[in-house]
Amino acid sequence: METKNIMIVGVGGQGTLLASKLLGRLLLGKGYDVKVSEVHGMSQRGGSVVTYVRWGDRVCSPIIDKGQADCVLSFELLEAARYTEYVKPGGRIIVNSQQINPMPVVAGAAIYPENLVEKMAGLGIQVDAFDALTLAEEAGSSKAVNLVLMGRLSKHFEFTTQEWMEAIEHSVPPKFLEMNQKAFALGQSA
Amino acid sequence: MKTLMLGNEAVARGLYEAGCCFVSSYPGTPSTEITECVAKYEEVYAEWAPNEKVALEAALGASLTGKRSFCAMKHVGLNVAADPLFTISYTGVNAGLVIGVADDAGMHSSQNEQDSRHYAKASKIPMLEPSDSAEALSFAKLAYELSEKFDTAVLIKMCTRVSHSQSVVETGERVVPEQKKYEKNPAKYIMMPVNAKRRHPEVEARTKALTEWAEQTDINRIEPGQDTSCGIITSSTCYQYVKEAFGDTYPVLKLGMIWPMPQQKIKDFAATVDRMVVVEELDGFIETHCKNLGLSVSGKDLFTNIGELSQNLVKEKLGGTVQTGTCLTEDIPARPPVMCAGCPHRSIFYVLKKLNLTVLGDIGCYTLGAVAPLGAIDTTVCMGASVSGLHGFVKAGGEEMEGRTVAVIGDSTFIHSGVTGLINIAYNESNATVIILDNSITGMTGHQQNPTTGYNLKGDPCTKIDLESLCHAVGIQRVRVVDPYDMDTCQTVIKEELAAKEPSVIISRRPCALLKYVKHPGPICSDPEKCKGCKACMNIGCPAISMVDGKAKIDATLCVGCGVCEQLCKFDALGAKE
Repeated sequence: METKNIMIVGVGGQGTLLASKLLGRLLLGKGYDVKVSEVHGMSQRGGSVVTYVRWGDRVCSPIIDKGQADCVLSFELLEAARYTEYVKPGGRIIVNSQQINPMPVVAGAAIYPENLVEKMAGLGIQVDAFDALTLAEEAGSSKAVNLVLMGRLSKHFEFTTQEWMEAIEHSVPPKFLEMNQKAFALGQSA
Repeated sequence: MKTLMLGNEAVARGLYEAGCCFVSSYPGTPSTEITECVAKYEEVYAEWAPNEKVALEAALGASLTGKRSFCAMKHVGLNVAADPLFTISYTGVNAGLVIGVADDAGMHSSQNEQDSRHYAKASKIPMLEPSDSAEALSFAKLAYELSEKFDTAVLIKMCTRVSHSQSVVETGERVVPEQKKYEKNPAKYIMMPVNAKRRHPEVEARTKALTEWAEQTDINRIEPGQDTSCGIITSSTCYQYVKEAFGDTYPVLKLGMIWPMPQQKIKDFAATVDRMVVVEELDGFIETHCKNLGLSVSGKDLFTNIGELSQNLVKEKLGGTVQTGTCLTEDIPARPPVMCAGCPHRSIFYVLKKLNLTVLGDIGCYTLGAVAPLGAIDTTVCMGASVSGLHGFVKAGGEEMEGRTVAVIGDSTFIHSGVTGLINIAYNESNATVIILDNSITGMTGHQQNPTTGYNLKGDPCTKIDLESLCHAVGIQRVRVVDPYDMDTCQTVIKEELAAKEPSVIISRRPCALLKYVKHPGPICSDPEKCKGCKACMNIGCPAISMVDGKAKIDATLCVGCGVCEQLCKFDALGAKE
C-alpha cells in the first residue's frame, strides 16, 4: 500500500505526544511498518509543535514533507493554518476550533487572522473544524482534547472501534481510561 | 518482540542487551532520553554527571575496571568532553566504552549546528551512524564488539531525526560478558610523553585495521538500483530521505560507519555508476573523503550545509519533480516558545530590564529572557559562559561596567561549568555580580535531577550540594538569597550587590512552576472595572495575560496565581478570586 501520512500539530503542552503514541500503538498492532517523529526540547515551551505519523508496507523517511500529508490533525486553529502547505491535493484538515493566541498576538505585534476555516477550505482542502475543547470538558477534562480529536480522526480510517479501544487502554493511565474513552466516543459521534 | 521505539530508547535497549553496566551522562537535547531510558533497567547503573567531561572520564574509569560503560551527550557536550576524548583514543579501553553524541541539524534546541563527525576523524575514534531505531539498537551492540576487538572507544552519532523518531525494533535478551580483570598497565594508561609517543603509532595502526574492517562490514553496504546514471553515497537520516525520494531507482552506498570510511569500496562503487552524489546533512564530510580518494563527486554543490535535508529536497536536487501543497496568502503569526505561566525566571528578567542592566546569559529555559517583551539578555554563548564572560567584561570594562552588569545562570548550568568561572572571579578579584537562577531542576531538557536537587537519576534521595556554602567556599563573601516572585526585594538586593565593592552571588530561588510537587494558589482574576488598559501587566510576557477589548484578561487554564502581574498593576485590577 501507499504510505499514509498524518501530521499532528498544536501548541507545546497540549498533549500531542499522547496522540502520536496511541496511533503508533494502533498501527503497529495492525502489522504496518510505522514511523513517528517528534520534536522535544525548546519548542515544547508553549511553541508550535509538530509530530509526524507514517505507516505502510515500508516507511523510510521519519518526516512528512510539503504536499504529502493525507491529514493534518490540529489541536489549535492557527496551527492548522500554518501547515496547509503540507496537505496533499485532496487531503484533509481536522481541527479543534479553539484559538490560543501566540505571544506576538498577545503582545500586540501581530493579529490572529480571521475566518481561517473558510480560507483553508478555499485552498481546496477538506476542513473539518469543531470545538473539541467543549467536548473534552464534557468528557471530564480539558486535557482530553487529544482523545476527542482521535475519535474524530477514527471516522476517516478503516480501523475498528475495538482496535482503537485497545490502543487507548495501552496508552492512558487506568484511572483516566473511562474519561478518555468517553472523550473518544464524543469525538467520534460529534 | 516487535515494538516501536524512539531512536534514543533503542540505543538504551542496545546498551542493555550488550551487557552495559555503567552509564554516566549530562542531559542535552536531543540525547537526553538515552540515559533516561537506560536508567529504567535495574541491571544498569546510570547517573547524571555534573558535565560531559566528568561523565566521559567516569565511563572510562568503569571501562578500565572491566565493565562495559557508556556516556551520552549532545553535540556541544562533546566539546566539553573533547579533552578526555582525544587521549582516550591513545589509552584505548579495557571493557567496551561507547560514547553517544546527538547532533541537532536545524537547531531545534541548540546554540549552534556543529557537525560532530569531525571529532571522530580528529580524535581517531571510530564512529557509527544509525539511520533508524533498529540500527540504533544493533549498532549499540556492535559498538561494544568493535570497542573490545580494536581496543578503542566507539562513538555512536545520533541526530534529532534518528533520536526522536520512533520506528520498529526487534528486541533481544541481555547478555553480560564476563567481567574483565583490571591490570596495571602504565605504558597504556599513563599518557605522559614517553608512553604517549609509543601509543600514537598504535592509534594509527588501529585506524588502518578499522579501515580494512570498513571495507568488509555489511553496515557499509551497496544497495543495487536499476538506473546507474547516478549513484548515491549517504548515511544516517539522509539515507531514509534518499530511499523515500527514489526507492530502489539508483544504486546506494549506505555507510553505517562514518569513520574511518572505506576506500576501495567507495572506488568500486564509483566505477559502477556514471555520476556519484553524496547526500549528507551539514558539512561535506563524506564528500571530502571521496575527493581525497581522487574521485569526482557532487555533494555540497547541490545540497546546503545549513539546516536539515528532507525527501523533497533530495528529490528536487537530483532532478525529480516535487508536488507541494498550498500556503495561505496571509501572514500566519509565529508561535515562538515562551516562559511558562508562573515561571520563576520571568520576574527576575523584568527587574533586570527595568534596571537597564547588561545581562550576560547562559544555556537553559531562561535564555527565553532574551525575547520580547522582556528582551533582557545581551549574550548567550555556551554552558557557563555567563559567569566567566562577566569576569572579563567587568575586569576590562572597569568601574563603569561593574555597576550595571550581571550574569544569569541556572542551577544545573552553574554546577556544569559556572562554578569554575566563579572561582576565577574570586581568585582574580573582579567586582562581579552573578545571579544563580535556582529553579531546583534541569528544566529545558525536561526535568532532570542535578547535584543541587537532592535526588539522583533514579529518583532516590542523595547528597544535595548547597549552593550558598559552595559560593562561600570558593571565596565569595556576599551571597544573598531572594524569592524571584518578590520583585521589590529582588530589585533592592540587585542594586545593593551591584553597588558593593566586592564580588557577589544572588541566588534567585523558586522551583520550576511545572514541577509536580509545586502547589500553586490557583488562577487570579482581572477586574474590567478597575483595569485602565495601561498594559503594564503585558510587559512580563506571560502567556496567561492578553488584552481583550482594551482590558487585561486572565486565561484561567494557564494562570497559576504567581502574583507577579499583580505587583505591576497600579489600579488593583488583578488579584485573587473573591
